[in-house]
Amino acid sequence: MVELVWLIPALPLAGFLILLLFGSRIGEPLAGWLGTATVAASFLVALIVFAGLWNEPEHTYSVQLFSWIPAGDFSVDVGILLDPLSMAMVLFITGIGGLIHLYSIGYMHGDSRFPRFFTYLNLFVFSMLVLVLGDNLVLTFLGWEGVGACSYFLISFWFEKDANASAGKKAFITNRVGDWGFMVGTFAVFFAFGSVTYAEFLPEASGLAQTTATFIAVMLFIGAIGKSAQIPLFIWLPDAMAGPTPVSALIHAATMVTAGVYLLVRINPVLAASADWLPWLIAIVGAATAFLAATIALAQTDIKKVLAYSTVSQIGYMFLAVGSGGYSAAIFHMITHAFFKACLFLGAGSVIHGMHDDQDMRHMGALRKVMPITAITFMCAWLAISGVIPFSGFWSKDDVLAYALHKSFFLYLVGLVAALITAFYMTRQVIMVFFGDARWAESAEAEVQAQAAHQISSEDAPPEAGAADDAGEATVAAEPDAGPVAVASVEHGHAVRPHESPWVMTVPLIVLAFLATVGGVLNLPFSESTEFLANWLEPVVGQYEAQFEESGLQLFVELAVSTVFAVGGLLLAYAVYVRRKVDADRIELPFFANGWYIDHGVTAFMGGPGRRLFDLVALFDRVVIDGAVNGVGRATRGGAAWLRGTQNGYVRWYALMVGLGVALIIGFVLTQVSFS
Amino acid sequence: MEVENLELAYLALGAFLFALGGVGLLVRRNPLVMIMCVELMLNAVNLTFVTFGKMLNDISGQVIVFFVLVVAAAEVVVGLALIVAMARRRPGADADDLRLLRG
Repeated sequence: MVELVWLIPALPLAGFLILLLFGSRIGEPLAGWLGTATVAASFLVALIVFAGLWNEPEHTYSVQLFSWIPAGDFSVDVGILLDPLSMAMVLFITGIGGLIHLYSIGYMHGDSRFPRFFTYLNLFVFSMLVLVLGDNLVLTFLGWEGVGACSYFLISFWFEKDANASAGKKAFITNRVGDWGFMVGTFAVFFAFGSVTYAEFLPEASGLAQTTATFIAVMLFIGAIGKSAQIPLFIWLPDAMAGPTPVSALIHAATMVTAGVYLLVRINPVLAASADWLPWLIAIVGAATAFLAATIALAQTDIKKVLAYSTVSQIGYMFLAVGSGGYSAAIFHMITHAFFKACLFLGAGSVIHGMHDDQDMRHMGALRKVMPITAITFMCAWLAISGVIPFSGFWSKDDVLAYALHKSFFLYLVGLVAALITAFYMTRQVIMVFFGDARWAESAEAEVQAQAAHQISSEDAPPEAGAADDAGEATVAAEPDAGPVAVASVEHGHAVRPHESPWVMTVPLIVLAFLATVGGVLNLPFSESTEFLANWLEPVVGQYEAQFEESGLQLFVELAVSTVFAVGGLLLAYAVYVRRKVDADRIELPFFANGWYIDHGVTAFMGGPGRRLFDLVALFDRVVIDGAVNGVGRATRGGAAWLRGTQNGYVRWYALMVGLGVALIIGFVLTQVSFS
Repeated sequence: MEVENLELAYLALGAFLFALGGVGLLVRRNPLVMIMCVELMLNAVNLTFVTFGKMLNDISGQVIVFFVLVVAAAEVVVGLALIVAMARRRPGADADDLRLLRG
C-alpha cells in the first residue's frame, strides 16, 4: 500500500497541469471541483499509505523515483522519504488543503480568474508535498521555492490593486533572504557530508565537528526564519493578507509557514550536534516572536491582520518548542494550529464574504445572529487558540510550555504571558465581530450618506492607510479587498446585509471546528500510552528529544497555571470590551497598532542609509563589473577596427602581403635551419 | 667554369623575370596585364626548376615543370573567365575598382 506514495504529490500536480492547460475552458465551478478532487484524492491516498506505513520497519519507507542531477560524485535523485514526520505533515497538508479548496469554490464564486486561482492552489499543495516528501535537501528546496513562488502568485492574486501587488513582492523578497540561508546551508551540508540525502547525512551528524554543525544549523535556521516568519523576517506575513482569504488560510495553517518548523525538526540530529547556544537562540527567537506578534495583534482592527499576527505568534511557540528540544511538541502544536487557524481564517473569510468584502472589525458586531454557523465554528477555534481546556490548543500549548519550562523558567514565563495576550486579543476579536452592537447597519447608512454628500465612491479606509502610504511599499494598507461584489455594492449604494455563507463554505468550517475542538486527543500528556503523536514520531525525533520526568502533581500544576492564564486573558478582554472597565485605547497603543514601527524602521533604513549603500553597490557593479565586461568588448572592437584597415580590397595590396608573408617565412626558416 | 657561369646566368634570369612579374603584379591595374605578370612569374619558376634539374642531374626538376604548366593553364582559364565576366558587367573597370570585399 505504501507503494502508492508517489500518487500523493502526483495528483495535485496533475490537477495543476490540467487546470493550467484547460482551466479557462473548464470554467467555473468545474475547475474548482477538479482542484478540490485532486487534493481530496491525495488525502485518501495518504490515508491508505498511512495504514500501510504501520507495517514498515520503523514506520519508514523510501523510494527512488528517478535520477535528477547526476554530476560526477554529486548526484541528486528524486526520491520520497516517507517517515512518521513526513506522514504527519502530508496528512494535515492534504486534509486541510482539501477543505480549503472546497471552501474556495464558494469564496471565489464570481471571480473573473476563478480557474486560475485553483491552478495556483494545486501547485501550492504540490510544492508543499514535494517539500515534506523529498528525501534530500535539494528536493526540499525545490518545494521550498515552489511554495514561495505560489505565495507570490496568490498574495498578489488581485494584482489590479497596487497594495496587493507590492504585498506579493514583499513576501517574495523577504523570503529570498531566508532562502539564501537555506542554500548556503545546503552547500555546507554537501561540503561536510558529501551528500544531501537525509538518510545518508543525518545519521552521521553526531560525528560532525561542532563548529561545522553549528554553521549548517544556523544557515538552515535563517532559512526557517524567512519561511516561517520569525523575528526579524516576519514582516511579510501580515501583508500576505492582501491575498484572498482561503490563501491566507492555506499559507498560515496547512502549508508554507510550517515549512521552517518542519525543516528544523527534520535536521534535529544536526541541531543536537551543534553548539549549546544554538537551541537557546532558536528558543529565544521563538519566544520573542510569540510575545511581540501577540502584542501587535492586540491593536489591529483588520479581522485578518489579527489572525496574521496571531499566526506569527503561534509559530513562535513552535520555534520555542524546537529550541527546547520538544520536537514532537512542535509538530503537535503545528497540527492543532493548522486545525484552529484554518478554521479561524475560513471563518474570517466567511465573515468578510457576508460583509461584502469589508474587513474592518469596527464595522462588524452582532454577527452571530445572522451567521450562526460561522459564529459557532469560529468560537470553537477561538477557545482552542486561547488555550481553554479541553480544546486542542490547550494541550499542544501546554506541551510546548512544558518543554520550555524544562529549558528555562524565563522562557516559560514569556510563553505564558504570550498565551494570556493571545487569549485577550482573540476574545477582543470575537466580541468585536460576533457580539455587541450591529455596527454594520450604521456604517452602511453612513456610507450611503457620505456617498450622496460627496458623490464619490467612498472607501472607508482605516486611519493607518494614510500612514501606510507614506511608508511606501513596506506597509500595505489594510484596505478591504475589493472583489467584484464589493465594487458592485458600492456602485449601487446598497446597504451591507450580512448573510450566512453557502454550504461549500460552512462544511469545511464545521469539520475544522470539530478538529480544533478534539484535536488534543492526538497527544494527551497523562501517560506514555496516550501520547500517540510523540510515540508515532519517536523514530524520527526520539533520539535527540529533551527527556524529563514529570510527576502527576507537576503536570497538574502546569495545566492549572495555563488554564489560569488563558481564562485570565478571556476575562480581561471581557472586562475591557464588554464591561468597559478600562478604556480600550489604553491597551490598543499606536505603538502596537503600527507593529512596533518595525515596518517604518525598515522603510526608513531602506530609503535612507540603506539606499545609499545599495547605490554604492550598484555603482561598483556599473563601474567595475560592467567595466571589465564592456572593456573586453571595447578592446576587441578597437583592435578589430584597426585590423580592418588591412582589408582594403586592393588585389595588389593582398599580393604585397602575400609576398611579405613569404619573405618573412623564408627569413624565419633560413635563420632557424642550418644546412651544415 | 663556363658551364657553371651559364647555369648561374639562367638562375639570375629566372630571378629577374620573377621579380619583374612580381613588381608588375603589384603596380599594374589592368587585370589582363596582371595575369600576364603571374604567367611571367610561373615561367621564371619553371626556368629555375629546369636549371636546378640540370645542375643536380635530377630529372624531377623537369617533370615538375609539366605540372606547373598544367596548373598555369587551368589558372589562366579561370582568370580569363573572370576578366571576361567583369568586362561584361563593368566595361573599362580595373583591378582597383573591384574592392567589394574590403573590410
